Amino acid sequence: MIKKLLRHVGRFKTASILTPVFTTLEVVMGVLIPYVTAWIIDRGIMQGNMNNVYLYGGIMIVMAALSLTFGIFSGKFSALASSGFAYNLRDAMFKNIQTFSFANIDKYSTAGLITRMTTDVSNLQSAFQMVLRISVRAPLNLVFSILMCVFINMKMSLIFIIAMLILGTSLYFIISKTVKLFTQVFTKYDDMNKSVQENISAIRVVKAFVREDYENKKFANAAKGLYKLFVGTEKLMAINHPVMSTVVYGCIIALSWFGAHFIVAGDLSTGQLTSLFTYVMTILNSLMMLSMIFVQMTMSAASGKRIVEVLDEQADVSNPEHPVMEVPDGSISFKDVSFSYGSSEYAIKDINLSIKSGETIGVIGGTGCGKSTLGNLICRLYDVNKGSVEVGGIDVRQYDIERLRNEVSMVLQNNVLFSGTILDNLRWGKSDATLEECREACRMAVADEFIDRMIDGYDTMIEQNGNNVSGGQKQRLCIARALLKRPKILILDDSTSACDTATDAKIRKAFKEEIPNTTKIIIAQRIQSVADADRIIVMQSGRVVGFDSHEELLKHCDLYSEIYRTQTELSGDFDEKQKGGAA
Amino acid sequence: MKKFRKIFGVRMDVGGRMRGGGPNAGRFANASMPEGGWATLKRLMRYVTSRYKFSLILVVVCIIVSSITSLVSTMFIRTLIDDYVMPLTQTSNPDFHPLAMTLLKLGIILAVGVICAYANNRIMINVGQGTLLRLRTDLFRHMESLPIKYFDQHAHGDIMSVYSNDVDTLRQLVGQSIPQVFNTVFSLVITIACMIELSVPLTVLTVVMSFVMVFTTRKLGARSAKYFTNQQRSLGAANGFIEEMLSGQKIVKSFCHEDEAIAQFEVLNEQLRSNTYNANKTANIVMPVNGNLGNLIYVLCAIIGALIALSGHIELTVGTLVSFLTLSKSFTQPISHLSQQVNSVLSALAGATRVFNLIDEQPENETGANVSLVNVEESSDGSLHETKKRTNLWAWKRPTSDGAFELIRQQGKIELFNVDFGYNPDTQVLFDIMLTAYPGQKIALVGGTGAGKTTITNLINRFYDIQDGKILYDDIDVKDIQREHLRRSLGMVLQETHLFTGTVMDNIRYGRLDATDEECMAAAELVNADDFIVRLADGYDTWLSGDGTNLSQGERQLIAIARAAVANPPALILDEATSSIDTRTERLVQEGMDLLMKGRTTLVIAHRLSTVRNADCIMVMEHGRIIERGTHDELLALKGKYYQLYTGNQIE
Repeated sequence: MIKKLLRHVGRFKTASILTPVFTTLEVVMGVLIPYVTAWIIDRGIMQGNMNNVYLYGGIMIVMAALSLTFGIFSGKFSALASSGFAYNLRDAMFKNIQTFSFANIDKYSTAGLITRMTTDVSNLQSAFQMVLRISVRAPLNLVFSILMCVFINMKMSLIFIIAMLILGTSLYFIISKTVKLFTQVFTKYDDMNKSVQENISAIRVVKAFVREDYENKKFANAAKGLYKLFVGTEKLMAINHPVMSTVVYGCIIALSWFGAHFIVAGDLSTGQLTSLFTYVMTILNSLMMLSMIFVQMTMSAASGKRIVEVLDEQADVSNPEHPVMEVPDGSISFKDVSFSYGSSEYAIKDINLSIKSGETIGVIGGTGCGKSTLGNLICRLYDVNKGSVEVGGIDVRQYDIERLRNEVSMVLQNNVLFSGTILDNLRWGKSDATLEECREACRMAVADEFIDRMIDGYDTMIEQNGNNVSGGQKQRLCIARALLKRPKILILDDSTSACDTATDAKIRKAFKEEIPNTTKIIIAQRIQSVADADRIIVMQSGRVVGFDSHEELLKHCDLYSEIYRTQTELSGDFDEKQKGGAA
Repeated sequence: MKKFRKIFGVRMDVGGRMRGGGPNAGRFANASMPEGGWATLKRLMRYVTSRYKFSLILVVVCIIVSSITSLVSTMFIRTLIDDYVMPLTQTSNPDFHPLAMTLLKLGIILAVGVICAYANNRIMINVGQGTLLRLRTDLFRHMESLPIKYFDQHAHGDIMSVYSNDVDTLRQLVGQSIPQVFNTVFSLVITIACMIELSVPLTVLTVVMSFVMVFTTRKLGARSAKYFTNQQRSLGAANGFIEEMLSGQKIVKSFCHEDEAIAQFEVLNEQLRSNTYNANKTANIVMPVNGNLGNLIYVLCAIIGALIALSGHIELTVGTLVSFLTLSKSFTQPISHLSQQVNSVLSALAGATRVFNLIDEQPENETGANVSLVNVEESSDGSLHETKKRTNLWAWKRPTSDGAFELIRQQGKIELFNVDFGYNPDTQVLFDIMLTAYPGQKIALVGGTGAGKTTITNLINRFYDIQDGKILYDDIDVKDIQREHLRRSLGMVLQETHLFTGTVMDNIRYGRLDATDEECMAAAELVNADDFIVRLADGYDTWLSGDGTNLSQGERQLIAIARAAVANPPALILDEATSSIDTRTERLVQEGMDLLMKGRTTLVIAHRLSTVRNADCIMVMEHGRIIERGTHDELLALKGKYYQLYTGNQIE
């Protein structure tokens, strides 16, 4: 995993390498400066030698300046490396997500993807920066100090080795346990946040059912659980402190005792003893830091794992090696097509259909009968499990995906507008569309009437999610956007459900008159939306139970006539009038 | 020891940063106290101390003791050399006994120090986490009591971040920063006292130089604060873009807009990168700058001290100078540490301010409401008696002037008189609404988007309070009915379906917590939701998460209807309850709903004719006014708006 992530350091490799280099230099200065300070005292002040004070003071200032420079560079490069690393991760994820097929998108929730691209990347960014700076500093300090100790006095350094063994084992136990607990803490933490989120968005339900107390109790339990876990974890981590202090103090006492003996025996100087005292601190500090890096690494591991998941996700719909670039016509045929969204149950099964270019086809059926699935397969938003879907007589899997989707324009059920002007949104369909072309498309989609009524007309700003236009207006804009592609096949997936029937009829009329050569697939729940189509596909539980004209279906298809009856008998003779008007 | 505390500081920062999210750590890194910062700090301290007075006193004692012991250990090296090692080297027959005794004493003192330090940490864990627990539950409880208006006016993400970001920064402040600051200040005081005793002029010099250090840190801090703000801004922009694009990812795909999306994203991503880089760069520089300023102070002290000592004008022995230099090291370190703490304290205070802002929000006011809803039994003579049993008979319990209670049969008459309403004072959305629903009637509201249909239902259950007019429920002003009782009397299926994490059964039972499994299933069967539920992988035990994303919109609505059915309320409000259910299924659902609505007053909002046709009265709304009313046939005969709307059977 780490390897995979590190690949994304990319062009910030230099900075990533320079950071530890400068940190090393900084550490070297840090280790040397105490030496010079000792000289100021020993050779300057103690001997009353002012020149030496100036000399070593000057050296120390130069060294401090160097240390400062190295420090600044190390800080600068680590910032460059870590921010660059984060940039590359986000970039790689975003690019990979763009290759995702619908099946890939369905696998992750939008919220999940967003968290990965924001919080998780931020976590890795700080972990990376910390590792670059501290993971070099700590072991270096450790090595330098041990070397110095051994250099000063072999026998005395035995004390350190014993101390390190004790500290090492106890730290190992504490950390390995905390890491486990921490993972639990984070899961609990996420759960608690999820429940808050749920409560905020469902506050009306909570209040309508007077469930405030119930939710309070539920939350208090979750918070209490988190509290217990957190306290448990922190308690364990708090043991670190006394263990460490005890070891350090033990070392100080041992050093004092043996040190005194050695000095009396003449094996050690007082200055050397003072140095040893300093090194004992440095060594144990470094150990402590290393252990913390370890904890931090495991904590970010979760984030890393989630990011790698996205990076590793292979788009399961991809371009063929020698893609067909031209879609000859708008004919469609389904040959023994079966498809499932991943579960064992087929969304559609054994579908055989043949649609001629330029036909208008209605698709009707109950919720979850596979209507939308049918449309999704034509523009290859998903790949079939069995059989084949052909457009213009060629299997959709042989086309260049972009070409195919430009020729097969689908208006999705849950449609989205993006923040920007109406014109910006329309030009998604054709980036260089002129205002005239846009007007034309809007006229067909019956969107012109409300756009013209807006003060800023086509320059009206659409808010995120299109919150400032009504559902029906949004749908019409989405249809216009799809029309701008001038596709050979146009699929409307329940795209006029929020428009009133009159508008719906107007749109269909425009289609019939203005784009007669385009194959039109109209998926709808409303029978009026499909009744005047050339042929209608009636679906039930993933199968086609009827495919014929309105009149024929009324005669032969039970399901169709039942739908027709339920939808029309309640509105009485009214509906007849409407139908007359639309035709 | 000081060094150790510093390491511990590093550890804590690391731990804290993990949860807050890296760049957010500097989110409020402003070098000056935010407005009302002191007040917030005071309030926070009160909040913490009110519960943990004794613990905190103990903590203070522990900190003092452990600081003193750590000072003892630093000073001991000199004692060891001057008082023991030196004399020992002078004698021919060294006696190590006194040294052993002193070491033993030192050991005991240090042990006390270790225990105190541990006790301090241990207590602070309870204090810190305990305060967070209390804060979270207080926050949540208060949030649940807030009016719907609050949730309308605040982005959900913002409310969320109070829990996830702001409370978390407080954990660091309460559990670590405050004790640490106290600890550092205390050691500083001791060190300064020692320094003054050694040499006044040198102390002055050190203190002055330390001010320079604090000043530079604040300067750098202010600069990085600017960059951090930029970073936050570009982070916000990038996040917003990611959110929008990923939510619309399927559109991006079907329009082959991937390359444009990538190009746009790269611009934002690059901005974010460069701002992050600048922010972190400045923040990273603070440490080396401070550390080396400390070195500079050391050298200056050494030179000036040596000059003074050698000139002999002022009394300063070489020994004292050496001691002073050691002290000056331990003086500058905590100062640089302290100045670094400032930013995290400030950012935590900004968080605290937002936490308290939420806690200070006005909850739904409940003054004067004293009518409650109770279950009653009817005796043979027709009089009502309150009962704890679940009967299907309800009554309003109203206190009378003589202190007793009267029971008024709940019948379900709902009347609106001249009701005006606006979500905010300057835009009125409802005008002079007059509406009467007699007991058991089905009233339908129809009209275009934004006509005010949902708003009316929101006023009846008092999600919002009306500005003018009157709403009566069984001739009682709804303002006099306790909110929860009012809402309990109205079963609601809301326009937007929300399900909770849990099983399908849990979600249905949400309507009535003491409902048995059988009752829940019966409710599901009644509204024809049973069909699809039993076909789910685990039937009623199927786990739903993330608002039931694993179900279709129609299926979610069916569960929501079952949820209202199991509540078995005396009156019903159905707001587009079946909008996403296909017409065929809807007819089946309708049969169940008709059963459910039988004998109950029902308000229905729908755009399908089949749903509203058999209503006792249909109200046609436009721009916040009721423009037509009557039965289906009457309205058709009228050939007005209703007729026009139903030139199909659908309204936009």
